[in-house]
Amino acid sequence: MSKHFVSAIVNGDEVEFRCDSGETLLDVLRTKLYLTGTKNGCGTGDCGACTVLMNGRAINSCLVLGAECSDMSIETIEGMAVGGELHPLQQKFLDHAALQCGVCTPGILNMAKALLKENSNPSETEVRFGLAGNLCRCTGYDKIVRAVMDAAAEMRARRT
Amino acid sequence: MDYHAPESIHAAISLLVNAEGDARVLAGGTDVLVQLREEMIEPNHLIDIKNIAETRNISICAKEVRVGAAVTGAELGEHPKVKALWPGVVEAVGLIGSHQIQSRATMGGNLCNASPAADSVPALIAADGKVVIAGPNGERKISIEDFLIAPGKTALAIGEFVVALALPIPPTRTADAYLRFIPRTEMDIAVVSAGSAITLDEDGKCTHARLAVGAVAPTARLVKSASGILVDGLLDDDRLEQLAQATSAVCEPIDDKRGTVAFRTQVAGVLACRAVKLAWQRAMERDI
Amino acid sequence: MNEKRKNSTRSGSNFKWVGEVTPRPDGVDKVTGRARYGDDLKLPGMLHARVLRSPHAHAKIVSIDTSKASALEGVKGVVTYRDIPDHPLATPPYPPIIQDFHDLSRNVMARDKVLYDGHAVAAVAATSEAVAREAIKLIQVKYETLPHVLDPFEATLSDAPILHEYQFTEGADPDTSKPSNTFRTLSGERGNLVQGFSEADVIIEREFSSQPVHQGFIEPMACVASASEDGSVELWTSTQGHFVARGLLSKLLNLEISKLRVTASEIGGGFGAKTTIYGEPVAIRLSQKTGRPVRMTFTRSEVFRATGPAAGSRCRIKVGIKSDGTITAGDAEIWYQAGAFKGAPVGRALDTFFSPYNIKHIRAAAHDVCVNRPKVAAYRAPGAPMATWAMEAVLNEAADVIGIDPIDLRLRNAVKEGDTSLKGTKHGRIGLIEVLEATKNHAHYTAPLGRNEGRGFAVGYWLHGGGLSSASVILQDDGTVNVATGSPDIGGSRSSMRAMAAEELGIDVKLIKPIIADTGSLPYSYQTAGSRTTYATGMAVVNAARDVIDRLRALAATKWDIGVKDVRWDDGHAIPADKYEGEISPLSLKELAEVAMKMGGAIAGHSEINASGQGAAFCAQLVDVCVDPETGRVTPIRHTVIEDVGRAISPDYVEGQMQGGAVQGIGWALNEEYIYNENAQLQNTGFLDYRMPVASDVPMIDTVIVEVPNPNHPYGVRGVGEPPLVSAPAAVANAVENAIGTTMSHLPLTPPKILRAIGETIPEAAE
Ligand code: FES
Ligand code: FES
Repeated sequence: MSKHFVSAIVNGDEVEFRCDSGETLLDVLRTKLYLTGTKNGCGTGDCGACTVLMNGRAINSCLVLGAECSDMSIETIEGMAVGGELHPLQQKFLDHAALQCGVCTPGILNMAKALLKENSNPSETEVRFGLAGNLCRCTGYDKIVRAVMDAAAEMRARRT
Repeated sequence: MDYHAPESIHAAISLLVNAEGDARVLAGGTDVLVQLREEMIEPNHLIDIKNIAETRNISICAKEVRVGAAVTGAELGEHPKVKALWPGVVEAVGLIGSHQIQSRATMGGNLCNASPAADSVPALIAADGKVVIAGPNGERKISIEDFLIAPGKTALAIGEFVVALALPIPPTRTADAYLRFIPRTEMDIAVVSAGSAITLDEDGKCTHARLAVGAVAPTARLVKSASGILVDGLLDDDRLEQLAQATSAVCEPIDDKRGTVAFRTQVAGVLACRAVKLAWQRAMERDI
Repeated sequence: MNEKRKNSTRSGSNFKWVGEVTPRPDGVDKVTGRARYGDDLKLPGMLHARVLRSPHAHAKIVSIDTSKASALEGVKGVVTYRDIPDHPLATPPYPPIIQDFHDLSRNVMARDKVLYDGHAVAAVAATSEAVAREAIKLIQVKYETLPHVLDPFEATLSDAPILHEYQFTEGADPDTSKPSNTFRTLSGERGNLVQGFSEADVIIEREFSSQPVHQGFIEPMACVASASEDGSVELWTSTQGHFVARGLLSKLLNLEISKLRVTASEIGGGFGAKTTIYGEPVAIRLSQKTGRPVRMTFTRSEVFRATGPAAGSRCRIKVGIKSDGTITAGDAEIWYQAGAFKGAPVGRALDTFFSPYNIKHIRAAAHDVCVNRPKVAAYRAPGAPMATWAMEAVLNEAADVIGIDPIDLRLRNAVKEGDTSLKGTKHGRIGLIEVLEATKNHAHYTAPLGRNEGRGFAVGYWLHGGGLSSASVILQDDGTVNVATGSPDIGGSRSSMRAMAAEELGIDVKLIKPIIADTGSLPYSYQTAGSRTTYATGMAVVNAARDVIDRLRALAATKWDIGVKDVRWDDGHAIPADKYEGEISPLSLKELAEVAMKMGGAIAGHSEINASGQGAAFCAQLVDVCVDPETGRVTPIRHTVIEDVGRAISPDYVEGQMQGGAVQGIGWALNEEYIYNENAQLQNTGFLDYRMPVASDVPMIDTVIVEVPNPNHPYGVRGVGEPPLVSAPAAVANAVENAIGTTMSHLPLTPPKILRAIGETIPEAAE
């Protein structure tokens, strides 16, 4: 296994790490950078628990190699609240009880953040299809969908 | 395993030619990383082609649309022109996996993975797409049908890799469509799929038709008789019935965890009709 | 989306915190990624463990050679069954979910035979995940394969391969001299079936089957074990019950209970599967052997292959009904796949079939059958959904035949206070009638349906759990409070504990921080399972808070130099009796907390209880689906859950339980199943092909919270988590039947099955 020396931006900070060719970004985040807020539910791209933003797009960090991340900008759940203030999505998830066990939550929040960047006023159907890559086994999705739509409304209101 | 990220076609070829042991090309990685993790493949070299400019471009000239092999589903979907020309192909690629997968998955990778159920393939066949291959002996271009040999097996020779996919500029009043059947609404592999491209004349009569079905045989199949059934006619129930039967007739599916022989055979006919209807309707709506 | 619907039927209360929506105490940690789950703990020098698993469904282990793996650079320890103590077979009676240490030892690590694809055979601990993965490939195991059996009914036939030569059917079986895959048959009967069926005008008899389904929690099993040279062990694990885990581990590994301290991590879903142990004993043994902390995290495929799904089932049922809708008799028999070891939820099944109805003549029998599949574990109302489906399907069919409204049919036979279940449980105040009436009155019930659409209805019964719970309420010197319980919080129970403590103490919930204490810090508490936590642990919290209040009253009495009887507690204050009015001013909890530090010492209240009286709960569901007649694809389009929860302490999390259970039921009914190949190897070991519902598969789930307070709980709590899954598959299946006009008897109702049932013919393939 060859080693790679990678520098990237994580949550706005420059970071450097060494990784094997086979190690994924998820491995790197969790074990090298100790950002354990990004969860591993499957490792095969099917659950979305590992969702982070890479250069602004939501990706499954389990399906990206650490070695591919040179100069990339990564946003994880740890960087979502800024300056002690929760992101509207985080706040709405709490307000709507959109989590039970919470293990799917970091991935869903990141996916929702990317979604709202593309579409600031999504319909229920758009939210549901937008989150289809994020499994939640606890909530039945109802409150998650409501929270995302409410956060979208709040973010629209803040902008105007 | 060693990871390489060559920045030119030439460098990639020389890595592929000189690699000791097994080398795998990496584009979006949404199949390759899963296979690595599940130890289905254990290559000695992973050759990432995303840093090669030709694999990342979408170009449109008088004759064809070229989509780089490492263009992601999301990028393709955001390209206004390709979607207008070949909506079915773009939709097919857009169906591969979740939003997150779309940020990474590529049409080139979907093709090279050579799954019988690959979403982009029936649409590409219907659109009469070609594969642009680079190798030690230069570039060659072959049809999708010739490229796909068997599940997991392509016509790539040692040292070759796919640089781009080429779609013809569609003739006047042409449109395509792709539909697949999955039991859920998302996140499944196609149990059956159908892609169709239809060209109409000014009276709304079909002048050219291509139909391909996926997940019903070792590789996606062109329904050759579709053209005979549809060309020179209007879309009526009788023709659709014939089309369904002709489609089911070319199916040689297997029973597996995703579906049964009987189901796939029957639903292939249903999807074929629905895809043709949709493509037809889209073609009707085109003035040019 | 409909406007935010708060269509809950709630009885209303004078409470300040109970029944109110309050910010969840663990919420911020969970939306910021701070919350630490099983795999999130890293200790200095920690090793990574991996398990080698059997590729065979049934085989003798001839030999295991671990020498090459041990020799690999970076490998620090290897374990096989030789490192896991053996135990003799236990003697009956067994609790409903069986933990026989003879079996547990063999399930944790295969001993003489492997019994299912994925059965653990050996494990290694290495300096990295990659080395550990490499190492298990170097372990050489020689197997002698044996014939296998997967179906519970086939496993009972005389020529079936036998899993355990030592297992003889308990109880009624005529020939117990031959080993059998049937561990036991439980049955119960009352009245006279012959008479009951002779009174019936309509008799419906049907057979059903269902496939095993997995709990599908998103966080794979994960733990970190750290063994010390002094014999003590610390374990961090994702579990529904760390006290139970400690009990199982100490007995299995012969550890002293006091030396094994288990801390429950945040848990990423369990739904019953995390009520037992899998990787923990192996991680502990690896840590003991290497002298280093060891982390063991399962992959998703290990979770599917080797951790307990819910039992698959085969069932036949016969029900007799008079034309006026009176159910005269019921007779049911069900075969459950226990998996490789006994322990299918047969007891619960018996109670489930007929319990919502007052039927004179009934009989039920359930068989606990071993097959070459992973051992079943509890899954949200273990055993109940399949049995409920059979009964509810037959009742809906009967309602059709005799031309009576299906809810009226239920109302006519509904159990009430004082009625007795087959197992002899006498019902206290229960809310079935209220649930049925709320369902009938709901707009959903009479809403028009479109083309290809169908509506389903079903009602489910579940007897909630009680049991051991303990709690400490600790008053800190600044007047804030910690509430410590031993019940892991999966779905927001800390909110409810806090609300009840706030209500009792009369202080703002913001002043209370609930925590989950480790096994060394609190007396024994049973698991977060059986919908028992808010009921039983909640009761312990209430008791502990009252204990604090008693102490505070005593403190105030001492300070005021009056009798404790003359001090009452109201709205967060110690208040002197009326005769002192004007003389002594009341003291707030905060003031008393300061006083305590100067007089008499710190104050805490404790409670250890064995709760009972939780009683039965009922949940009805209305489901609309649309079926594509050309492909058999089912789209759920409307879903309403109506449940009597006694009282909702945290209403939004109660709704969440109802919605989550409903969607699990949709998955169970439509697409989820274990698929094996001809060698009995699991084919769908990931989320890709184990098709759980995704967000776009389901509609909004409406909830109606019915509150018929449980008189046995200080706040009327009944429990909420399980009943929504009991009736969901039945309601969904019924909706599909209604849409396509045919009965469907084999879950899941996949498109191929539906298409076949619709009777579309397959076109002749032209040559
Ligand atoms: S862990 Fe990456 S998608 Fe599940
Ligand atoms: S809250 Fe538990 S999986 Fe979503």
